[in-house]
Amino acid sequence: MCLALPALLLERLSADQGRIDLGGVRKTVSLALVPEARVGDYVIVHVGHAIGVLDPEEAAATLALFAQLEAPQAAGEGAR
Amino acid sequence: MKYVDEFRDPALADRIAARIAAAVQPGRRYAFMEFCGGHTHAIARYGVTERLPDAVRMIHGPGCPVCVLPIGRIDQAIHLALRHGAIVATYGDTMRVPASEGLSLMKAKARGADIRMVYSAADALALARAHPDREVVFFAIGFETTTPPTALVVKQAAAEGLRNFSVLCCHVLTPGAIAHILQAPAGVQDAVALDGFIGPAHVSILIGSRPYEAFARDHAKPVVIAGFEPLDVMQAVLMLVHQVNEGRAEVENEFTRAVTRDGNAAAQALVAEVFALRPTFEWRGLGELPDSALRLADAYAGFDAELRFGLSYHGVPDHRQCACGEILRGLKRPSDCRLFATVCTPENPMGSCMVSSEGACAAHYQYGRFKDIAVVAA
Repeated sequence: MCLALPALLLERLSADQGRIDLGGVRKTVSLALVPEARVGDYVIVHVGHAIGVLDPEEAAATLALFAQLEAPQAAGEGAR
Repeated sequence: MKYVDEFRDPALADRIAARIAAAVQPGRRYAFMEFCGGHTHAIARYGVTERLPDAVRMIHGPGCPVCVLPIGRIDQAIHLALRHGAIVATYGDTMRVPASEGLSLMKAKARGADIRMVYSAADALALARAHPDREVVFFAIGFETTTPPTALVVKQAAAEGLRNFSVLCCHVLTPGAIAHILQAPAGVQDAVALDGFIGPAHVSILIGSRPYEAFARDHAKPVVIAGFEPLDVMQAVLMLVHQVNEGRAEVENEFTRAVTRDGNAAAQALVAEVFALRPTFEWRGLGELPDSALRLADAYAGFDAELRFGLSYHGVPDHRQCACGEILRGLKRPSDCRLFATVCTPENPMGSCMVSSEGACAAHYQYGRFKDIAVVAA
């Protein structure tokens, strides 16, 4: 129910609408809840409305955090 | 898909799993509740439980708006369509939730009720514009994610002077429900022992991380807000294990790529304008919870379907054998229910946890029900 997906904002249209690309699918959603969103941003789309804007730097930082985690037994890492 | 696939990388999952295994203290057990159905679904679908040490148990919370919707509310929606002849527009998730007299919105539709499945609240408004001679009611359910879109259409309807549009408002609130889980009703010793919570992903985009701070402090339970991808969930478990080991009970944010401390101010202002707090609201499995749901504010009372059609609310008990209530409170697992996967299946759900793919029962049915059964050579 609270499912939402990150989508690339392609174009701002009139009346707070915007054109997005969701993994290759293009559709029009409402941008009324994200007045700060700009073309090129990734917005989080839920029931036809963008509800937030993704912060690419924070996303990169989180991924870096995952990757930096040293496995406690480094020798066991190639075992999978 | 960008910002999705990276957060499902199995190699990184192994690394985080190793870290969790190393962090778990010998002889200690950890019970964490993921509040959201979105997390429940991710944990079941990606086999997160299998990657966690035995000492860590995940308990599925009530954060699935379809699952906590009581029978009485579905009955109201069916009543609007069958008795008042209204077009009832609703999200697809609610269509199969069991109601009284063996009905559901889907079965009521088969009996002639005019029920329309919509993707967005804006679609419900479009129906009202297209049918000026009919009453159109939007059956609005969901947590804080779905509430702002409903607020937008109510404001839009007011601006357009649409007199045939109204909302049956069943929007519910997360923070109050999380607090309730830790408070056993008087005389009932069934509050489940929990060491911490994985906090909502998308709900927190809207409300921010601040609303959980008082909860973490007052109940001395750590909360880690996490995204809905499997690596997010695993990282949150790791952060919770560290907090428990160190005796901390803080709000931490794993989902910093989308969640800030203050949340979406534009959406919050809109919700504050259009809605008001209900003094009490029935949740399936949890009972009547104070300050846990919204109604339309007085300024928008003209769009309140309960007022327009003079509806009153009647609570209806669940099927006697159905364990949804205990499952929603974390006291039972889906496989503990006698109806699970026998008479209650996703095709023919008896209880609400089997309806939505985010429900604990549906998630276990879909992804986990055979894993506990020993393989026997023929």
